[in-house]
Amino acid sequence: MTSKTEKPVLLTIRGLRIEGRSEETWSEIVKGVDITLHKGEVLGLIGESGAGKSTIGLAAMGFARDGCRISGGTIDFDGIDLRKAPETERRGLRGKRIAYVAQSAAASFNPAHKLIDQYCEAPVQHGVMDRSEAEGDAVELYRRMRLPNPEEIGFRYPHQVSGGQLQRAMTAMAMACRPDLIIFDEPTTALDVTTQIEVLSAIRDIVAQFDTAAIYITHDLAVVAQMADKIKVLLKGDEVEEADTRTMLANPQQDYTKSLWAVRSYARPVQPPVTDATPVVSVKAVTAGYGAVDILKNINFDIHKRRTVAVVGESGSGKSTAARVITGLLSPRQGQVLFDGKALPPDYRNRSRDQLRQAQMIYQMADTALNPKLRLRDLIGRPAQMYLGLQGKALTERIRNLLELIELEPDQYIDRLPSELSGGQKQRIGIARALAAEPKFIICDEVTSALDQLVAEGILKLLDKLQSEFELAYMFITHDLATVKSIADEVVVMKDGRVVEQGPKPEMFQPPHDPYTELLLSSVPEMDPDWLTNLLNERKQKENS
Amino acid sequence: MSILINLFWVAVAVAVAMGAGWLFRAAAIALTKGATARMLRTAPVTAGFGMLVILIYVVVAIFAPLIAPFQEREVVGAQFMVWDSVHKLGTDNLGRDMLTRLIYAARNTVGIAFATTALAFVAGSVLGLLAATVGGWLDQVLSRIVDILMAIPALVFALLLLTIFGTSVLKMVLVIATIDATRVFRLARSVAQDIVVMDYIEAAKLRGEGLWRLITREILPNAMAPLVAEFGLRFCFVFLMISALSFLGLGVQPPTADWGSMVRENASLITFGDITPLLPAGAIALLTVAVNFVVDWMLHRASGLKE
Amino acid sequence: MSVIWTMIAKRLGLGLLTLFIISLIIFGATELLPGDLAKSILGQSATPETVAAFRRELGLDLPAHTRYLNWLFGALQGDFGTSLANKRPISDLIATRLGNTLFLALYAAAISVPLSLTLGVLAALYRNSIFDRAVNALALTSISFPEFFVAYILIFVLAQSGLFPSMAQVDARTGFAEMLYRTFLPALTLTLVVTAHMMRMTRAAIINLLASPYIEMARLKGIKPMRVILRHALPNALAPIITVVALNLAYLITGVVVVEVVFVYPGLGQLMVDSVAKRDFPVVQAVALIFAAAYVLLNLTADVLSTLSNPRLVHRK
Repeated sequence: MTSKTEKPVLLTIRGLRIEGRSEETWSEIVKGVDITLHKGEVLGLIGESGAGKSTIGLAAMGFARDGCRISGGTIDFDGIDLRKAPETERRGLRGKRIAYVAQSAAASFNPAHKLIDQYCEAPVQHGVMDRSEAEGDAVELYRRMRLPNPEEIGFRYPHQVSGGQLQRAMTAMAMACRPDLIIFDEPTTALDVTTQIEVLSAIRDIVAQFDTAAIYITHDLAVVAQMADKIKVLLKGDEVEEADTRTMLANPQQDYTKSLWAVRSYARPVQPPVTDATPVVSVKAVTAGYGAVDILKNINFDIHKRRTVAVVGESGSGKSTAARVITGLLSPRQGQVLFDGKALPPDYRNRSRDQLRQAQMIYQMADTALNPKLRLRDLIGRPAQMYLGLQGKALTERIRNLLELIELEPDQYIDRLPSELSGGQKQRIGIARALAAEPKFIICDEVTSALDQLVAEGILKLLDKLQSEFELAYMFITHDLATVKSIADEVVVMKDGRVVEQGPKPEMFQPPHDPYTELLLSSVPEMDPDWLTNLLNERKQKENS
Repeated sequence: MSILINLFWVAVAVAVAMGAGWLFRAAAIALTKGATARMLRTAPVTAGFGMLVILIYVVVAIFAPLIAPFQEREVVGAQFMVWDSVHKLGTDNLGRDMLTRLIYAARNTVGIAFATTALAFVAGSVLGLLAATVGGWLDQVLSRIVDILMAIPALVFALLLLTIFGTSVLKMVLVIATIDATRVFRLARSVAQDIVVMDYIEAAKLRGEGLWRLITREILPNAMAPLVAEFGLRFCFVFLMISALSFLGLGVQPPTADWGSMVRENASLITFGDITPLLPAGAIALLTVAVNFVVDWMLHRASGLKE
Repeated sequence: MSVIWTMIAKRLGLGLLTLFIISLIIFGATELLPGDLAKSILGQSATPETVAAFRRELGLDLPAHTRYLNWLFGALQGDFGTSLANKRPISDLIATRLGNTLFLALYAAAISVPLSLTLGVLAALYRNSIFDRAVNALALTSISFPEFFVAYILIFVLAQSGLFPSMAQVDARTGFAEMLYRTFLPALTLTLVVTAHMMRMTRAAIINLLASPYIEMARLKGIKPMRVILRHALPNALAPIITVVALNLAYLITGVVVVEVVFVYPGLGQLMVDSVAKRDFPVVQAVALIFAAAYVLLNLTADVLSTLSNPRLVHRK
């Protein structure tokens, strides 16, 4: 791997500055970044949202999105100055010598054309191949990307192909002209973990086979560890540090990098399982769905006081539907939900005010969960006013008290609108609103998945603290096993509307597993750079034996 | 040659209008502070011009009796007198002062259009918000009725209803308000439908909030921006429709001063090269342009702020 | 493929149902009139005998559903009854006028559709440029003008000097070229009003699309701007553009009413306005039904065409 630095330099970026326009003013979003990339080398660009990763990736193609402009520095691609070169010359490079793989393949394929037509467009337009050559080449690359039915899949329209396959087809398309450099912009972020593995390994193999240089952009450290030769860490448009992958993982120099690395180690102490007491919430033999389709099939689980039950599954597993049944938004076809041992009316409209108060919910997207036109005073105050009858001074006192609980300074925040808060602060308001009702039970629906890792950790710690303070029972819906490891007492694994395995956390993370749990657990990327290689070898051996 | 001269005057008029718009915006920014001033700063010159024109129209409409030199229905001279120092814009087909009637028409035409729009708006948006929030059969029934009513062209439908009910201002207001309410319903419903799927609405429902509070506190504040812009657009539409009906002799009836009927009454002058009948038409056009400029800015702001 | 045909068949069925209900509304609206229709038309002074005779003449002595069915089946065969004002068969009144109105609408459409699509695409391509802003402000202005204002300005500027006639007088003997010449001003008026609408909506539809990730992808594949618009944006913009065109052609239908009156053009709109003033409701009903049918058919066509242009619907999973 180290031999790559001895190869000739392909891309040199020096002092890159990019400005973005908001309202009528320009502000700098990339503040002087340097990149040196050798032929065949893979650079991982890592950072949280707002770090400027994608913007830098596009700048490496001499491209700035509408509302952005490259304001300083030099971009030299194989001797061509991409800032000074005329647009026609840059256009000649794009798709031919520098290609791009976007985050959402479903949105980035043109819905009006077949995959193979879109594959052939770049080589034919750039005069690299004629149409029939390009078609044959497409089938060959689809095969190398391990797509099913490589001869046939190209003749489908994008909406007829699954997400993971589309992402591989897009990588194949990027390879069509055998470029010297590919920009991968979070190519697996939108995928489930089990699908992610296939895409990652396919991308890694094809980049190696054609000795293509790549810039791999992601926010996921474990993913970048598998893909990159060297890693550059970015923070708010500034470079934090750069080193080769193994050095960076083993020995980060800067505090910010260390804090990113440290997040993964947070875990709460193991709690003894509760067996005798009546559970706060008990889901009994619930079957539910929309129309004629059953989304949930005979689901059972209990949630006890001061305990967190994590419900884990990939998209479509039915975990959110389970939450809708508990809250009463969806009435089950069979079975029931017990609260403190008593059956809840299936429809929330038939539940008493006190039953509604006892079960609260925190949503994934704080942006859509908080009415943007209400001030925090009203957002948090309303449940207290409604359920507990607080008025005037007592109400204000309660709101201030709640703001203190979620670690926001009351005087400073009480009259703000949600738009005047950061993502993490909004999520805290969601928590405060749930607490204001003084509930026994809170459903947390993917509450950290829209947040950056450091912020997410803060939220998890806060939830932990509040749980012991108010003896809350949590149902924690998530697809992220790292989150499960850090906060769960018990785990429920769901697939296709069924519970495939459930039990206390320590048992769940110890073999033997149900095969699906095994697949799910093993698919979560780890920080070890050899993890993907080892995993694939392991799986191959298992298949052979 | 004459076309060039005309074009020159058009260019001068546009330049003066934009200058006035710029000055008005500058003055408005200076006179306001905080959020309002910040908002005004984003207004393009066209919107400044639009706000200035609307303000002038409102002032003229309110103070019409004080501004106008004569009485609204007073015959003050011969028919079709030319412009002079007493009758600044001459007289109309019955010898009434043109300027006076133009000023009173601001009150009548704009007033009627505003009342009609307000009526259409209240009915349409209340039903639209209700349909989107409650859903189910109520939504189905209301939406199907509106679909059918909207499948008949508005002006044709208005003409049909006016044939049956006869022409009077009140009937016209009711007929146009009904037709227009269907359009408002469509928009209010679709705006509210986008809001109803938000998690904060789900949270409010699960909290046990009643329908009234759900609509007024959770949905309406978030639907305000598009609804206000729609009010401007609807006003233009209603205003043009009333003017068209009056022009056809089926709307506001004489002797009430009204821009649409004024064009009709004096149209014959145009073929003699007299532009007087174009003035009321121009008055209609100017107000509609002004409102559209302001609405365009508001829509632009609303779409820009989403990102 | 069968799915899409079922879908289109459903749309057609729905369109027919809509037309049927509209015919009910147009016919039934007269029933809403408080009191007796014959009396209200003849006035308070009419003697009971004349009212009774008039009622028989209108067929008001028959039950409502019989009258409706007679009217509907008559209309389906082109027989709309007789006019109250001049006792002539309505179909005679309508026949030539319908042709004239269609001629004017098609004339205006033939100019405005290509013009506005071109302007819309260009404005989208050079968005936020001086060209775009100027075209936009101009369009906004012309949308705001009442049709009769535009018409009179055109008369003032173009007919005064004798370039074009201010009255569009045509009859069955007028030749095609002469028709084009005489109806130029009304067609131009309609064009100005509709083009602005269509151009703005086309521009918005395309700009909406240019922000999509697949357009960015095409640009990042090094595709030339013109090809990006034609091959990547346009196929996806078809549905909105078809809707825009249909909506504005439908708008032409109402637009002709005022324009025909200004230019004294012998079309359906003028007939309708005259008949409203005379409260000649059988004529108004007949014309309203024709206008509404044209409107529904246009929207239906647009609906079917946009369905056919959607790859997600044409090529199912």
